[in-house]
Amino acid sequence: MSDSHAIATAEAGHDHGEHPAYLRHHFVSLEQQQETASFGMWLFLLTEIMFFGGLFTAYLIYRNWYYPAFVAASHTLNIFEGSLNTLILITSSFTMAMGVWCAETKRRQGLIISLILTLILGLGFLGVKADEYHEKYVKHHIPGHTFSPQGFIHPDQEALKGGEKPLAPDMAAKTEVYFSLYFAMTGMHAVHMIIGIALLCGMLWKATRGAYMDGNIAYVENFGLYWHFVDIVWIFLFPLLYLISRHQ
Amino acid sequence: MSTIVSLPDQSTARVPKRNYLTNENGLMSWLLTGDHKRIAILYLISITFFFFIGGALAGLIRLELLTPQSDLMASDTYNKIFTMHGVIMIFLFLVPSVPATLGNFLIPIMIGAKDLAFPKINLLSWYLYLAGGTMTLAAMITGGVDTGWTFTTPMSTHFSNTNVVTTGLAIFIAGFSSIFTGLNFIVTVHRMRAPGMTWFKLPLFVWAHYAASVLMVLGTPVLAITLVLVVLERTIGIGVFDPTKGGDPILFQHLFWFYSHPAVYIMILPGFGVISEVISTFSRKRIFGYTAVAFSSMAIAVFGFFVWAHHMFIMGVSNYAVLVFSLLTMLVAVPSAIKIFNWAFTLYKGSITFETPMLYAFGFMGLFTIGGLTGVFLGSAGTDIHLTETYFIVAHFHFVMVGGMLMAFLSGIHFWWPKMTGRMYPEKISQLAAVVTFIGFNLTFFPQFLLGMLGMPRRYAAYPQEFQVLNVFSTAGATILGVGYLLPMIYLVWSLKYGQVAGANPWQATGLEWQIQSPPLTENFTTIPIVTQDVYDYEWLERQKEHEVTHVG
Repeated sequence: MSDSHAIATAEAGHDHGEHPAYLRHHFVSLEQQQETASFGMWLFLLTEIMFFGGLFTAYLIYRNWYYPAFVAASHTLNIFEGSLNTLILITSSFTMAMGVWCAETKRRQGLIISLILTLILGLGFLGVKADEYHEKYVKHHIPGHTFSPQGFIHPDQEALKGGEKPLAPDMAAKTEVYFSLYFAMTGMHAVHMIIGIALLCGMLWKATRGAYMDGNIAYVENFGLYWHFVDIVWIFLFPLLYLISRHQ
Repeated sequence: MSTIVSLPDQSTARVPKRNYLTNENGLMSWLLTGDHKRIAILYLISITFFFFIGGALAGLIRLELLTPQSDLMASDTYNKIFTMHGVIMIFLFLVPSVPATLGNFLIPIMIGAKDLAFPKINLLSWYLYLAGGTMTLAAMITGGVDTGWTFTTPMSTHFSNTNVVTTGLAIFIAGFSSIFTGLNFIVTVHRMRAPGMTWFKLPLFVWAHYAASVLMVLGTPVLAITLVLVVLERTIGIGVFDPTKGGDPILFQHLFWFYSHPAVYIMILPGFGVISEVISTFSRKRIFGYTAVAFSSMAIAVFGFFVWAHHMFIMGVSNYAVLVFSLLTMLVAVPSAIKIFNWAFTLYKGSITFETPMLYAFGFMGLFTIGGLTGVFLGSAGTDIHLTETYFIVAHFHFVMVGGMLMAFLSGIHFWWPKMTGRMYPEKISQLAAVVTFIGFNLTFFPQFLLGMLGMPRRYAAYPQEFQVLNVFSTAGATILGVGYLLPMIYLVWSLKYGQVAGANPWQATGLEWQIQSPPLTENFTTIPIVTQDVYDYEWLERQKEHEVTHVG
């Protein structure tokens, strides 16, 4: 048996000259390469859903157990900043979608502008988030040894006027679970934003040097999917942490 | 004894000059390679390294248990040793063992592709594995961990004074290596198959890896977030698992076992794949009930996600949950049994020969069956309450993992060794090693079933006097087992230089991987094959050979 004896000799279905340089050697066609990249990204997002799924499960369970604490704690969140951040992220998803479209239609200027806008909005989101975290720090709402549930046992005048009722000390202590989940969930989300922003910077740098104008836009498309995914996670976090039980 | 081995004439045969090993030279050509076969070799070297570290730790455990008192080491040290043994063996050996080595090497070739879908991610997964492994070793050297491989809270979050954070992050990183391997396999099987390679022409090895990949992709992220929460709880003191703050340690158990039970199938399914190939080849028969075996892999992957709470029967879950999870656990035994029965029927009236891979496969079938059936004991809530946290559990999962998976791994390594290196391993001594392994294994772990029945608890350095005899048997067995593992290490390395030249298809097997040269070219196939034959079609292989003879003549 000869050494390099393949079982069937397929007629080479393609002429190497016709292919763009970015077709990787192990793919037969560009279509196969693009489908593969996109499929891989969707699978990766599935793993991300499972990753956040653990946190959502914990949220669901503790919310059922410590309902009054979750309601009271969610009232202390800054609804204005939360809404602002939602607006910022949805807008950034739009600019990112514009970026993908510009890459598809080979508009270099448009791509660069879209990416810069996305970058600014992403950083803006993190800025607002940092301000919210600072507010939690001032109120002693960061879990750990600086945490204090006093504000829930003895609400101040303003809160009482707003219809807030004092919690029994044991239930008030459970607000720490709420804030643990708040920081774990928004923190994991912020980590994903930071990774996204780092990738975005790299992509922007490449775009200014003329990349993605030859039809090789799998990276831009996949990054777009990632960015939208991170956006969607926030779309779930915002109502769960800020909105539901707002009027109780 | 009859044999199917057909080697080329040794006086003229040469290992092909141009192959994936000789294509490029130098360290960097290995460290920056995108070739799935080279990455498989890198993985093989690294997991072997970690296997022997984990094995040395097991040796220390058995040595300590030779006597009833804790005399070789203090109890604290013993806790650290068995924890590191578990962490290394599970996360750094068993999970990547077959998929990252044989799977990486073979899946693209078996489906007629030139490489995995994402070669760079494949290489990245090896680096992540190495980073995780290095961190684990660093944690071990700088003081170790004593929580058990299960990182049980609140032990891990509050009471342990050891390197939980480092080890947790190491497993987090190694977990991503596993996710990327699984992701790569799924995409490859979906998108990279050669023309004519339909789903039901895929070798069962590929089916098994596909099922294991589904588990890796869906399960591992849950472990990742669980470890993140443990690390956050230990470092900044969030309260998700902390009962003093209102958190619930049982939630940790749910999240942890949601990954770690499917992880058992991540470890064993690729082993099933190996056994299917080996049994078919050495019985010269198509696998009986091919479709049933393929679907049973998928059924294990699906059921595997719904049985996790059987690890928690004594941890305060509700009686109704125990009932449901007990029933579901029985269900997952069904697809495993389907596999065993179908392999047995494949052997029936087959032309069986007893080369080393087949010996290991026989060992696998026997030991895995025992391991699986004792799993049914443990799945029934009543007996579980008596047997859990005893040596019965230890014996059960070592029968599945060591008797099952390690046998399958060695079977696969021997079976594909000629393909990977171009040379045969020495047959006689390797048959001896297989027998030694089997004897050593049984002597080590069978007494542990008895110890468990008698009530000896696991995870203690000292034990009452009356358990000593069985423990001495077990330690003696471990020594034999150690020899059984060192032997292949030695003769396989020896065979790299002195082994007989294997030729393309020493076993007369039907898979696509056997129709190309050994070792393969970097691009696997000179032209992409068009698959017309059925899977395990030995008549097709005969016709090919006849054709070749007339062609040459």
